[in-house]
This record gives sequence, C-alpha cells and structure tokens, in this order.
Amino acid sequence: MNRSGARAGQGGWWFLAAVAALYAAAAALAPGLALRALEHASQALGRMLPVLALVFALLFAFDVALTPQRIMQTLDRPRGARGWMVALAAGILSAGPIYAWYPLLAELRAKGMRVSTAAVFLYARAIKLPLLPLLVAYFGIAYSVVLSICLAAFALLSGMLMDRLDRAGAFAADSSLPKQGRSKP
Amino acid sequence: MTTPSPSNIHASLKKTARTFLQALPVIVGMLLLTSLALSLFSPEQAARYFGRNDWVDALLATAVGSIAAGPPLASYLLGGELRAGGVSLVAVTALVVSWVTVGVVQLPAEALFLGRRFALVRNLVSFVFTLLVALLTVQTLHWIGVALP
Repeated sequence: MNRSGARAGQGGWWFLAAVAALYAAAAALAPGLALRALEHASQALGRMLPVLALVFALLFAFDVALTPQRIMQTLDRPRGARGWMVALAAGILSAGPIYAWYPLLAELRAKGMRVSTAAVFLYARAIKLPLLPLLVAYFGIAYSVVLSICLAAFALLSGMLMDRLDRAGAFAADSSLPKQGRSKP
Repeated sequence: MTTPSPSNIHASLKKTARTFLQALPVIVGMLLLTSLALSLFSPEQAARYFGRNDWVDALLATAVGSIAAGPPLASYLLGGELRAGGVSLVAVTALVVSWVTVGVVQLPAEALFLGRRFALVRNLVSFVFTLLVALLTVQTLHWIGVALP
C-alpha cells in the first residue's frame, strides 16, 4: 500500500476513534442512552453480518473477473449510442475507489473518448452489483430494482445532456481537456 | 474469458481483505453513530424534520450525500438505519444516490484529470439528477402499488 493509501486506510480508524470518544461522552452524560444506542448498533451489525459476508464474496469475485484494464479496453472502441451502452455496463461493473478511475478515463479522453461517455461511466458507478444484497436486505427487491433502473436511465440521460453541452461548446474553455477528445462524430 | 491465474486470485484476495479492513471501522463507526443519533432522536422527531415536503427532504439529503466521503457500503448502512428510524424514503434515496454520484471532496481530483468545467458541470447535473431519481423511485413504487420499505 502506498502512503496516501495507508493514510486513507487510517482515516476509517480515526473516524471510529472519534465515534468511540462520542460514546464515552454520551456514557458519562446519559449512560442509559449510550447503552441503548450500543444495543441497537450491535443488533444492526449482527443482522447485517451475513449480508456483508456475501457483499465481500461478490467484491472478490468481481475483482477476479474484471480488471480495470479489461473494462477500459471495452470503453476504448464503440461510439455513439452503443458507446453509451458500453459505458453504462462498464460503469456498473467497475469497482474500487473513484480516484483509481480518473487517470484511466483521462487517458481514454486523450485517445478520443467523448465527454458524454465519461459522464455515463461515472454516473453508472452508482449501481453497485456487489452491494445489491445489502440494498435488498434493507429496502426490498422492488425498491432495489426500481432504483437501479432509474439510475441506469439517468446515467444515459446525463450522457445525452453532457453531449449537448459539449456540442454547444460548454467545455471549450476547459484547457485541461485534450482537444482530440471533444465532439468526435 | 480467460481463466484467472492463481497469482491473480491471490492478488484479488489480498485486495478484498484490504478493502474489508479499510471498510470495517467505517461500517462499525457508521452503525454506532447512526444508532446514537436514532437513540437521541425518536422516529417522530426524525419524521418531523424529514417527511413534510419531498423536495425539501431530497434537497437536504442530497446536500449531505454530496459532501460525504466514504465507501458506498457505508451509505447503504446509514440509509437503511435512518429509514428504520423514521426518515422519509425520498431523503434516504437522495442520500444514497448523491453519496456515489456527486463528489464535492473528489472534485479537485476529477477537475485535474478530466477538466474543471467537465467536473463542475457533471457534478451539478448529478446533483439535480439525484433529486429526480429520488422522487421518481418513490413515485414509481407508489404507482406500481408496492408498499414502501
């Protein structure tokens, strides 16, 4: 793990330490409240443990099956509506922190990938297949399906909107965007 | 599709274990924090703040989700517990969606790699879309006659 990765990893433990300090303060001021909250948290964790185990098993399976390079290869080729559909699928299947994807997307932009394709990919990342069991456990199947369909539709809409804006020159002043990446037919 | 090599499987196993170790304190911390908040505020109080106006609920939750940083898994746990605590489904949906689609904290990095205007416009579009997704999702559940979770 690099230094920034190590720092990011420690951030979670600092967060937990801060929450523990909050609990210590709550226990001193209102012991009953702190105990009730602790009971609620342990019940929620116990309820969610099997689902979390499934989530991490799926994360592992996705990581084995889909490398970022493999996903980026699929994004490299098609354009137009088909390109958006591929970006949608790639965004849904992509995993890991968003920071890891920015350089890869920038590389593809430099090779000519359109603004709209990048927008569809980034929005589609809201659909997290490995986390679906958790979503279903909390909100039910109907909600999970409806939300996923809405997210997919709006990912495509964001692509259309960004494409319109790109064609209207909204990103012309964006000096950091590579020229060959804009408005390819 | 090619069969993954043992070294690839080993690397994925290590990566997943590292992800788990990084997510663990956030998961536990988020559950503890939400439980404390839910014990402090009754469902009636939560419903008083969220649940009177869908647009206001969605706007507030989207604003919170946009500045939140952390694994999406944490947003699902937070959203699920808040919903159980009486917070409206529109607000919870907006929180979960904006957590992943809008990134105020990631904005500088996105601007650096993909362009400042692109990053600003994309996040602005995602902010507005979050409100629409939240309202449309809940409205669709009403339309198809599904009991709200």
